[in-house]
Amino acid sequence: MDVRADPTRQLVRLRGRSYVAFVFSPVVPIVEWLAEIDATLARSPGYFVGKPIVLDLSAVDLSSSAIAHLVGSLNERNIRVLGIEGVEEDRLAANMPPLLTGGRACVITRNEPTQKPEPEPKKPTSLLLENPVRSGQSIVFMEGDVTVLGSVGSGAEIVAGGSIHIYGTLRGRAMAGVNGNSAARIYCQRIEAELLAIDGYYQTAEEIDVAIRNRPAQAWLEGDTMKITPLN
Amino acid sequence: MAKVLVVTSGKGGVGKTTSTAALGAALAQSGQSVVVVDFDVGLRNLDLVMGAERRVVFDLINVVQGVAKLPQALIRDKRLENLWLLPASQTRDKDALTDEGVGRVIAELRSRFDWILCDSPAGIERGATLAMRYADEAVIVTNPEVSSVRDSDRIIGMLDSKTVRAERGERVEKHVLITRYDPARAARGEMLNIDDILEILATPLLGIIPESQDVLKASNVGTPVTLNNAESAPARAYIDASRRLMGEEVAMVVPAERKGFMNRLLGRRAA
Repeated sequence: MDVRADPTRQLVRLRGRSYVAFVFSPVVPIVEWLAEIDATLARSPGYFVGKPIVLDLSAVDLSSSAIAHLVGSLNERNIRVLGIEGVEEDRLAANMPPLLTGGRACVITRNEPTQKPEPEPKKPTSLLLENPVRSGQSIVFMEGDVTVLGSVGSGAEIVAGGSIHIYGTLRGRAMAGVNGNSAARIYCQRIEAELLAIDGYYQTAEEIDVAIRNRPAQAWLEGDTMKITPLN
Repeated sequence: MAKVLVVTSGKGGVGKTTSTAALGAALAQSGQSVVVVDFDVGLRNLDLVMGAERRVVFDLINVVQGVAKLPQALIRDKRLENLWLLPASQTRDKDALTDEGVGRVIAELRSRFDWILCDSPAGIERGATLAMRYADEAVIVTNPEVSSVRDSDRIIGMLDSKTVRAERGERVEKHVLITRYDPARAARGEMLNIDDILEILATPLLGIIPESQDVLKASNVGTPVTLNNAESAPARAYIDASRRLMGEEVAMVVPAERKGFMNRLLGRRAA
């Protein structure tokens, strides 16, 4: 078998890539501005290491030699200038960083880690239970609402940070808004509850109006009183 | 395919042992090979109801602990040759049961029988959880009263979470068996009615066993009620329930006591 490889011509491939650069906008007097840079470096040495730095000279009017001196001063501080903006091209000598155009402003957050952390998967803010909640079971969901498609048995309890929705009969306990969410509510298709609580305010079965029992109802807080009214 | 069926309730005294014996005998009468296993270690009763208490040599604990082999502990019923009993120990307690040991015994029973009926003890502790642990199906025995219904609800929750099937993401097929039902008292509102019970438990109904003197009579002579008098109302209800377990469609009726002609004419002596 022929294993010889034909010499193929290497193609030059050009790709675009964008970086976020720090932009230095020196102001006169330059000496004081450099002192500010020194203060920043004193607080966090190495803060500018490895970061692309661009000099924006639009606020100052510097001669060619003054620019060379400024770039040199920054070099002494281990700050390497990638390019220069806001100045006529003829003021830049060949050994100076090139002129840049077309930059767009963007926000840089301080102490940005070099690698962005993996975005945390969003925690669900509601819990759906398709089966009845049986006596003795305790469903605790602090992150938000709980919806039960079946009934909640006598002796079962639902604890939710948000509201509680029960599309069956509520015979057990329902505690909504336990994180201090007084806007949470409790809804059920049929109320035979042992206890209802919202944000710590509770009513036991004895205190719930007999007239409302066995009907669709909702409970909510008005100030520090719990209201229970029939739904529709 | 062997089926492991647990007869459970949570509450005591509702008729688990009576129902285990009656269903086991009814299944055996229709030709299935059946073993009834007593999990009520320390408070065994199934041997009495089956009339085998004088033939117990080895028991479930002996087999679980490897002291005896399974065939040594199995007791064959004297009336039905394909009905067997695995008795519990009366001298030990439920802590003698181990998950691994019970699993081994159940696996061995599966290879020998069509039906393995586990008579669960009352409560929700070790004995009850191990009785239901390996079940494929469950019969939840419920009396028409609120405490029994709530305990049944609790047990259904455990069947859905603590069994091997539940842990594998499968379902334990559940049936509600209502026992000690008195139609006259239910009509007068002195008992929960069937619809209310089923609404609370949200589980299909296997049968309704009427309250009857025949149950106590059969227990006292050590015979499953379905063998003692197959024509009695509770026996007919259990036989219907056993046919439903085998997958037959049987209309749901509450069998009533059959009164003789003379009884109907001369039912009660006037004062």
